[in-house]
Amino acid sequence: MRRLLFLWLLMLLAVPLGAQAQSSAAPSAEDADAVAIELLEALDVDSFPAKGRAIEAIVASDDERARGWLQALLDGRLQRADDGRFVVVLDNRGRDWPVEDALTGEALGEMSRRDLDRIGINNALRNQLRSAIAVVDLYSADLALRRASAERLLGEVDADLAGPLAEVIEGEEDARVRRRLTQALAIHRLEQGEVAAVADLDGSLHSRVRVALNQAANGDDPVLADAARDALNGIEQMLKLNRAAETLYFGLSLGSVLVLAAIGLAITFGVMGVINMAHGELIMLGAYTTWMMQQLLPGQPGLALILSIPAGFLVAALAGIAIERGVIQFLKGRPLETLLATFGISLILQQLVRTLISPQNRTVASPEWMSGSIAVNDALSLTLNRMVVIAFALAVFTALILIMRRTRLGLEVRAVTQNRAMARSMGIRATRVDILTFALGSGVAGLAGVALSQLTNVGPNLGQSYIIDSFMVVVFGGVGNLWGTLVAGLSLGVINQVLEPWTGAVLAKIVVLVFIILFIQKRPRGLFPQKGRAAEG
Amino acid sequence: MTLSRRKTLRLRPLATALLTASLLGAGGQALADDDPIKVGILHSLSGTMAISETVLKDTVEMLIAKQNEEGGLLGRQLEAVVVDPASNWPLFAERARELLAQHEVDVVFGNWTSVSRKAVLPVFEELNGLLFYPVQYEGEESSENVFYTGAAPNQQAIPAVEYLINEVGIERFALLGTDYVYPRTTNRILEAFLKEEHGVADEDIMINYTPFGHSDWQNIVAEVRRFGSEGKPTAVVSTINGDANVPFYRELGNQGVDAGDIPVIAFSVGEQELTGIDTAPLVGHLAAWNYFMSVDTDANYDFIDAWIDWTGDEEAVTNDPMEAHYIGFNMWAEAVRKAGTTDPDAIKDAIIGVVVPNLSGSYAAMMPNHHITKPVLIGEVQDNGQFDIVWQTPSTVVGDAWSDFLPGSRDLMADWQAPMRCGNFNVATGRCGGSTAAEEAEAALAE
Repeated sequence: MRRLLFLWLLMLLAVPLGAQAQSSAAPSAEDADAVAIELLEALDVDSFPAKGRAIEAIVASDDERARGWLQALLDGRLQRADDGRFVVVLDNRGRDWPVEDALTGEALGEMSRRDLDRIGINNALRNQLRSAIAVVDLYSADLALRRASAERLLGEVDADLAGPLAEVIEGEEDARVRRRLTQALAIHRLEQGEVAAVADLDGSLHSRVRVALNQAANGDDPVLADAARDALNGIEQMLKLNRAAETLYFGLSLGSVLVLAAIGLAITFGVMGVINMAHGELIMLGAYTTWMMQQLLPGQPGLALILSIPAGFLVAALAGIAIERGVIQFLKGRPLETLLATFGISLILQQLVRTLISPQNRTVASPEWMSGSIAVNDALSLTLNRMVVIAFALAVFTALILIMRRTRLGLEVRAVTQNRAMARSMGIRATRVDILTFALGSGVAGLAGVALSQLTNVGPNLGQSYIIDSFMVVVFGGVGNLWGTLVAGLSLGVINQVLEPWTGAVLAKIVVLVFIILFIQKRPRGLFPQKGRAAEG
Repeated sequence: MTLSRRKTLRLRPLATALLTASLLGAGGQALADDDPIKVGILHSLSGTMAISETVLKDTVEMLIAKQNEEGGLLGRQLEAVVVDPASNWPLFAERARELLAQHEVDVVFGNWTSVSRKAVLPVFEELNGLLFYPVQYEGEESSENVFYTGAAPNQQAIPAVEYLINEVGIERFALLGTDYVYPRTTNRILEAFLKEEHGVADEDIMINYTPFGHSDWQNIVAEVRRFGSEGKPTAVVSTINGDANVPFYRELGNQGVDAGDIPVIAFSVGEQELTGIDTAPLVGHLAAWNYFMSVDTDANYDFIDAWIDWTGDEEAVTNDPMEAHYIGFNMWAEAVRKAGTTDPDAIKDAIIGVVVPNLSGSYAAMMPNHHITKPVLIGEVQDNGQFDIVWQTPSTVVGDAWSDFLPGSRDLMADWQAPMRCGNFNVATGRCGGSTAAEEAEAALAE
């Protein structure tokens, strides 16, 4: 309130006397604007501490536009035009940006970025702004805003806020908001040295709570330090469980990527026995299809991604058919030549992408529903993109198993691979089966590419980084066995992620590779060797 | 055959100098007029580094075209000679030899990774070529034939960490890097700096290396989150290089590592690298460079407009190594004008002390150690893939070839002016260490 008074005094000094007389008669919109301009002027300085004070003044001003300004400032969209007007930039891409007046909200058309000066902020101010907005939102009618605000205030409560916060907690209906705010207040009380506050924080896994407890545990007050340490010990126990769950999730997620990349190969290499070094490039084609789809449907990354699933499958399958008809059918039974020829194809495909599209990586956007994470509790959150990929890998795997077990194509494939001559004499068109099987394996590689476009870079080298891993998984799992590929992929993923914190990423990869080499020495046919006469041949 | 050719090459600078000195007649001048000045470009146009290096090739071509529009240099036109070393380090040396011996270029602009620079170094020293190297690097090197227009560690890494300590109040550091010479040397320097100058304890420094193109960052980001939740303000110092950054930042965003809690400061992530990512979750993470596209000067806006026109892409971005080439090219052109010739030895003498404007409103000077003066800028990532400058050094900083924080290089300095002419002069012993390349060259001459 005192700040407000001070600002009024400032304004009294600033505006001419004539206007003053008018305003004392009836406060008009112009006067409010004059105050507002004064407030915004204070932001347009070089020093960040001065900007911090200006933000405090805006918070204290009770202007109803304040939240909008703070939000625009936070987003870097509050700017000053060359003519001194304050504007809010609506879209800051390209050379000319659409803007609106910060005071009236009236659209002002487009302005060149040369004529606009942004009011810059840094991380400290960003934190201050977020807290300030959170305080405003605390009283909002919108539950989502209140929840976000409560999350934000954890660890941000100071003496000024403590009093009003206690009142808000009293009046709050939502249990989640109330619990968070109680914790937020407890952190403040803990900082003041209140031992009873530890009870409110006990059992919380939130990192800010842990920061506060850690500080208290290392503090001067022995009683408080002991209480904080006790609470921390309990929290540590729960965290260990969470860590194990998290590592498992990471492992499954890495494993599902390996399964996706390898499952197509499990069909072409495992079932058909073709060593296809261009498998990685078929994955790349799937990823590029996703990119192409997003180019065709700008602004709808989600829809584009879903449409890419059939499209990626088709593109890779057609490429697979071309490779099979063009090269592989002539090299039947000559694995070394197949290997060299398909390696050549992989180089050609890479160079083709480099020449036709670009040697540089392409941006594939993630749809809204694949960014961020789901919080299981305060310490464990599962990233959404990985979760979608795990589900996708399992779906692809199930579909493949069904095709191989339940459809006529699957039956024919199994017949041809077990005994080609016999199958042909039973009336199965072996050549057609070859084409379809290779197309299926290639198409699945395309599906892997669609999924990988969400996790890694889409570039000409995408395939190369997965070809070794794919062969590794298929050989480890047992050639010709889809279940083996699933188990091998998932277990290699988990082993890798369990090792990584101890050994580092580089060594973890080496250890896994050595493990597989030793394993293959012992069991040359992998985890699940194929049984029967076909395997002997 | 090769031997005689090498000999003529070595004699050539001397001969040219004599010619220019004695022949002021119209005949010699006319010959020079017909002959374009050849500018070699040695950047990977394919392979893993193409993502970063292709734009640098385009930048030099744009600068050459602009220079030609203005009438060329010394009344001669410039001609670009482009070769593709394909991100293959030994091939860099071969292509460099091709440029210098076969195409007989007058100057070369090129290289990105330190390992490729190390590969071409002996070639440039043997054939007495000139190389302008535009990328920030780990230091610990000064060659007579190389001009380092990118940042040395004291122009990027050290000021960045000081900013974190003094302005942000960081006390714990996670040093994440790609597993090769630049991140390892930089992290060694930073570790020594943090411990000696700021008394940071061992347990407050975490170091982690990952392979090139690493794409599974889940575990490392989770570890950083844990490292940062032990009570002290924590930051990540990233020397992660190349396209591994895209999945790294994605994972940061998805796991909700907020710049307000654990800021990440990167030395190899510029506007170009950010074009591959949605930057909304990354707002506030930092990068330290000597130039940002968002620098608010007319020179910069002109450069951006020229670049957009040249590429024909409205969304094209500029970055720090491009500015380094801009500075390097202008310095070389200025030195050519000053020396009146493109002869390497004359340029080497003429270029020291040359001052040209940079794009951020100050001036870059070529120092005797072949490094340049640069302002250090700290920028925060914005939601449009640009950086907002939040801090900068009050004046430009002189590049230091030999770090003061490593025991082996503390006493070394470089000065390529007469009479010292030494890339690693030891102040303590008062002797020039020389380099193996220089020794080899001498041995070859003695034969």
